[in-house]
Amino acid sequence: MIEFVNLSKNFNKKNSNFQALNNINLTVQQGEIFGIVGKSGAGKSTLLRCANLLEKPSFGNIILDGVNLNSLSEKELRLKRRKIGMVFQHFNLLTHSTVFKNIALPLEVAGFSKKEIKDRVDYLLKVVDLSEKINSYPDELSGGQKQRVAIARALANSPSVLLCDEVTSALDAQTSKSVLNLLKKINKEFGVTILLITHQIEVVQYICHRVAVIEKGGLVEVSKKEEFMQEPKSREGKSLIFSHDFSSEMAVSFI
Amino acid sequence: MIDFTLLYSSLLATLLMVFVSAAFAFIFGISIAIGLTITAKGQFLENSITHKILSAIVTLGRSIPFVILMIAIIPLTRFIVGTSIGTSASIVPLAIAAIPYFARLVEGKFKSVSPGVFEAAKSMGLSPLQIIFKVLLPEAFPGILNATTILLVSLTEYSAMAGAIGGSGLGNMAIQYGYYQFNNAVLLQAIAVLIILVLVLQYVGDFLTKKVTRNH
Repeated sequence: MIEFVNLSKNFNKKNSNFQALNNINLTVQQGEIFGIVGKSGAGKSTLLRCANLLEKPSFGNIILDGVNLNSLSEKELRLKRRKIGMVFQHFNLLTHSTVFKNIALPLEVAGFSKKEIKDRVDYLLKVVDLSEKINSYPDELSGGQKQRVAIARALANSPSVLLCDEVTSALDAQTSKSVLNLLKKINKEFGVTILLITHQIEVVQYICHRVAVIEKGGLVEVSKKEEFMQEPKSREGKSLIFSHDFSSEMAVSFI
Repeated sequence: MIDFTLLYSSLLATLLMVFVSAAFAFIFGISIAIGLTITAKGQFLENSITHKILSAIVTLGRSIPFVILMIAIIPLTRFIVGTSIGTSASIVPLAIAAIPYFARLVEGKFKSVSPGVFEAAKSMGLSPLQIIFKVLLPEAFPGILNATTILLVSLTEYSAMAGAIGGSGLGNMAIQYGYYQFNNAVLLQAIAVLIILVLVLQYVGDFLTKKVTRNH
């Protein structure tokens, strides 16, 4: 369970003070797939990055499974981060390491033995269905395959939460769908809570249980997925749904 | 008529100057480059004071023309190796000039490592030291190889200058035994060996760099 309590974030530039997040209160339940939507610049990325303190909030707290992340020392935070997987839009794999090395990295730093690492990487590659690519380099993989490796890496230390930052935005429709299917499977089989941000309504429609709408740094709506798709409560939610092209290639492939 | 003894001893002196000073430049230059990179704005140990101090030292080191540096640090050279002439005496200014040069080169290579991988490393719970050794250095490895090639070629060039003043190496051979004694054959031999040396360094460096480089 992730709780954002009175969360605010200001960015202080030389002559201006930009408020990226304004008093966010939000609870994501254990085992949920929760989507955060909003236009670009609305603050959804900042909110996600606050969830593992890649971005330090200016005010407020993030409570993960009952632990207030702000109260942790640097070292405790590093340990905690192993239990919070993160997947990125542009994969962020080590380009000069093989698939095996990429997935082994979080296990290495967690102090597992060589044998344990080998077994775990083999298992994770089975989960993401890429066992045959174990010795490939990222530049030999397609976008979808790279994202699968990134997901396997994020799952290495059996996290309770997976943070997904626009994970399908760099992928085509078919590949997006298969990556989302994988996330669904992970959520179901391992009970991993998934918090994702996206600007693609299809993603919400396809895998989310609940959805929050963020506008200019403020939370304007939290709804069940079905409610949101049929009758969004907020003006911003309506604008996202009604401006959405349900006949686009992306949308059609998700029907 | 080729004087093989002279050629051989000059080549050996040049190689010694180049590789010993390169070793110092490599160790200290990479250390400074790491310092510059991790303290830069937005990096995981951001610290503008340390960054500015390091940057100022590097710029200062790079701003002094090599010929002048060599003469200016003669007391230091004497203190370290006990003499101001000969091969080992030439290594001191070469290393001192090469450290900031290599630091800047490698800093540039570090900058081209995608910021996203540091972000991912942080999200996986890596400590700053782990990020340096398990992410920054492996990701920049082809860049470091390329920078090392440039370093070795530059040092070959500068060693000729250092040797001309310090009295050893191919540069010394070309000037003392070639130019000053009106012996064009010796001059050309020294030049030919220098060219071959640079070609070999560049070729081997490029070959190795290409071998380990992968696309993003």
